[in-house]
This record gives sequence, structure tokens and C-alpha cells, in this order.
Amino acid sequence: MSNITNRQAICDTLLEAAKTDKDIIVACSDSRGSGSMTKFFETYPKQSVEIGIAEQDLVSVSAGLASCGKKVFAVSPACFLSTRSYEQAKVDVAYAETNVTLVGISGGISYGALGMTHHSLQDIAALSALPGMRVYLPSDRFQTAAVVKELLKDTKPAYLRVSRGASEDIYDENTAFSDGAVLLKEGKDVLLVACGEMVSRCLHAAELLEKEGISAGVIDAYCLKPLNGELILKAAKGVKLVVTAEEHSPYGGLGSMVAQLISANDPKKVLELSLPDGHIVTGTAEEAFNYYGLTKEGIAASVKRALS
Amino acid sequence: MDELTKKSYKLRRSVIEAVYRASSGHIGGDLSVVDILNVLYNRIMNVSPEKAHDPDRDRFILSKAHCADCLYAVLGDKGYFDINEYLTTFEKFQSRFIGHTNTAIEGVEMNGGSLGHGLAVGVGMALAAKMDGRAYRTYVVLGDGEMAEGSNYEAMMAAAQYSLDNLCATVDLNGLQISGPTKDVMNTAPLGEKFASFGWNVIEVQDGNDCDQLIAAYEQAKACKGKPTAVIAHTVKGKGVSFMENNVKWHHGVMTKEQYETAVKELEARYE
Repeated sequence: MSNITNRQAICDTLLEAAKTDKDIIVACSDSRGSGSMTKFFETYPKQSVEIGIAEQDLVSVSAGLASCGKKVFAVSPACFLSTRSYEQAKVDVAYAETNVTLVGISGGISYGALGMTHHSLQDIAALSALPGMRVYLPSDRFQTAAVVKELLKDTKPAYLRVSRGASEDIYDENTAFSDGAVLLKEGKDVLLVACGEMVSRCLHAAELLEKEGISAGVIDAYCLKPLNGELILKAAKGVKLVVTAEEHSPYGGLGSMVAQLISANDPKKVLELSLPDGHIVTGTAEEAFNYYGLTKEGIAASVKRALS
Repeated sequence: MDELTKKSYKLRRSVIEAVYRASSGHIGGDLSVVDILNVLYNRIMNVSPEKAHDPDRDRFILSKAHCADCLYAVLGDKGYFDINEYLTTFEKFQSRFIGHTNTAIEGVEMNGGSLGHGLAVGVGMALAAKMDGRAYRTYVVLGDGEMAEGSNYEAMMAAAQYSLDNLCATVDLNGLQISGPTKDVMNTAPLGEKFASFGWNVIEVQDGNDCDQLIAAYEQAKACKGKPTAVIAHTVKGKGVSFMENNVKWHHGVMTKEQYETAVKELEARYE
């Protein structure tokens, strides 16, 4: 597995783009190290803004910069960015339609044993509920880079959440993304829809299921909002079960969105796999995923139970 | 009475009319802040409807955005839009003149309505000017009650850190907020000392409803280099309408026909 993290991919992409675009700004809240943005700050000090430990200020200042023509990437831990500065995201970014990409780093349970304050398991629900806010959870470094390049092409607000550690490669540098979702594998019995860290796990779970005679399709729904409902409905046609997997609370995330879509258009059972509505067990992210059944084996077992 | 001061009273007259027709509006604060907006828009800032998208225009943010009623009157008077649209549709069904600032209105630079946002957004605008080597200045107007919002102090730190001498904050210090006197609800005083301790240049304006005193303060602010300036403008809430002055009940009030007629008479007497 590559050791290049998705946050590193964001920095690398911005470093390249900033060579010819002096309006690209990276703003941090004492988070340039954890956001893998140190190199950007060193390379483009005049395009870097340090705000200190003040996430509300980070987002409002970013909006002010954007209102004067800057393309701002506000980079801060997802846990703080999505809650401490939620109102700033609502008012100064979403409502004001400023060209700010809120980059939530070390999302979900990336911080592991640091505990509940550092988990961001509400961010998909929270940010998706803001009018005009787009929400992305890319699954690997290539897709992350592609999303950043896409975001540089327009002036609309977005929230981009990435994990702390490296993610398994699913694509390569030549993969083109355009529709907010990728049908990675077709299947006729069950459809797995995942985002972020859960995509590779679902792909492996599908392989395990195939060995047991269950044909499982997999969709990487890296853009949660707007969700590519068309692709999901097309792939869900004829399957007995739709399964969602996400590193989020059970409320308002990918599972809720897909269940909403399926119930309105092609009613059938939707199994929503997520982290629980409660305190997350202490441990590394991997230990917690294992505990809650969000491994390839756990996902495959849940699918089989739901089908039986 | 000089023409600029007369204009302040005419603007008050417009605000009173819009608020009366809407049966809604933050009239007390409108009447305290009107001289500040009048001076900024008509004497200090490099702004006009023709320059609405000029990258070098000065920027203005009404952080106490519930006084949008007053800003609309000032912008309408300056010709950004037909003031009659504001006077007749303010807060009415499907109007674009909602009760808080929004950029759907020509001349409004930033949406507002939640307190404690404007100063930080202004920091971003002033920082962008520095980055781009542009000479425009950014002006933010806050309320003294609003200064209880902690986010203001984050913005104050950042403004000083980046030596934003192109940023000028004004506090419309009228001493009252919706629940009562600011000093009783949550004392935000001493505001001048707070700004100064964060590294700001501070100018106290003893009568923040006096246009000449305000002009002098803003000229002094322009001359200050190396740090942002805070103008602490001591104003009277409800200024210009006898029964509203210093009366907390008029933070947001609905006038009876008789009250409206009395207010109009009092205001018109000042400029006719």
C-alpha cells in the first residue's frame, strides 16, 4: 500500500496548481502540520494564512478572502472544523456562496484513542444540511487529487473530508472522475454503496461474498452531496439488498441518503452500516472498525445475515 | 444644520417609513448607527453604484446586520437601487429586502444576521488587499452588545497579527441591547481598552451621532499605519425620535399610526 495519504495528495495538488495560480490560498488553524500543509506554507508563504487555534476565525477570514477573489482551502481537523465553526460554514461560506473549500483532515475516527472530542462522525449530516454545500469523501489519493482539481475549476463552496492515514489505492493517476460516484464492480444480488475509508473494505467484502456465491456490486459514492442517485438506482435495479457503509454516525450520512433515495424510487431493504450512536470504543481506528464490524469480513458477514 | 446632518435625518425618516410599513424592524439601532453609515458612505469610503464591482472599491460590512433597514436606506439614497422598492417591500412576502443584510441587494458586500461574523470576514477582505497590493480599505460596524460574541476577539487578534492598518472597525456603542442595558446584560466595557490591549489603534468618539466628530475619527484612522483602528462611537439608541431615545423597548418595535406620525414630524422638523 502507498504511504501517501489523502491529505498529502491535497497538498501536492495545490502545490502544483499554485505554480500558475496566485489566488490559491491555504489557511490553517495551527494545523499546517496535521494537515500536511507545511510544504505549501514553506513554498508559498504569501499564499498561506495562519489563523492560530481559532476555527471560527479561520472560516470567516477564509470567506472574506474568497469574497475578494481568492480560492481558499481552509484546512483544519474535521472534528473542529465541522462543529466549532459550523455557523461560519453556514453563514459565511454556504449562505454567502464564497469560494471556500473546507478541508476536514483526520476525519471520522482517524484520531483513534484521542477520543470523542476528536471524532467527526456528524460532519456529513451537518455539512450536507447546508444549502449549496457540496460534500466529498474521496476513497484514495488519486481520487482526492482529482476532486481538488475539480474544485479549483469553480467558485462554489465545498466540504472535503479525508482520513489521517494512507488509504489503499483503488484508482491510478489516469483515472477520470466526473459523476460523483464510480461503479467499481457490478453485481446482481446485492449492491454495496460506500464512501471514504469504507470503499476498499467493501470491494474486498464483495470478493469474499463472490467466493460464497453472492454477486455483490460496489459503488464509490465519493460525492455525498449532490449524490449521484441515477448511478445508484441503476446499479440497485434487480438486487435484493442495498448496503451502505460509512465512517459516520447512523444519522444523516450516506446510509440515510441512500435509504431516502431507494425508498422513494425502488423500495427494497437497505442495510446501513456505520459507527454507532454513542461513545466510540477506545483504540486505534482499525481496532474500532474491527470492533464495530466495519472490516471486509464484518461487512461480508452483515450482508450474509441480512440476505438470509 | 449642515447638509450631511440633514441627510442623516432624512435617512432616519426613510427608515421609519420602511419599518412602519413592514410593522417590523430594528428601529432603535437603526437610529443610533445612521450617522456612522451616512458619514462612511457619503464622506469617507470610495464607493458608488458605478464602482459596485470595482476591485479597488472600499469594502463595508454591517456586522450588526439587524440594522440592515438603515443600510438599505443609505444604499437606496446613494442610488444603488430604487429606494421605493425598499420602502414598500421591506420584509414583505417574497421581498429581496429581508430583515438582515444579504448580497442580493446591490451594494451589500456580505451576508449578515448572526452576530460576531463581520469583523473576521473583514479581516479576510483586508488581508486580500494586502496580498494583492490594493489600496482599498475595509470598514466593519459592530454593536456593543455584539461584542459579547467571542469570535470578535479571534478576529481582533488576527487583525493585529497581520498589521491590518487597512481595516477599521466601528462600535456603535449605544449601551442598550434587547434585554436591557448592555452593562447589566453582559458588560462588554471597556471596549476601547479591549481593542487597545489586542494591539489596535483606538479612537473614542464622544458623540457618535455627530457627523463632524465621526469624519475626524475616520480621517485619523486612515493616517494610522501598522495597526488596525477601532472607532468607539458613543451613540444614542433611538436618536432623533424623542420617545425612542435611550428606550430599550425600541430595539425592535412596531409603531402605532400616532407614534409614526409623531416620529415623522419630529424628524422632518430637523431638516425642513
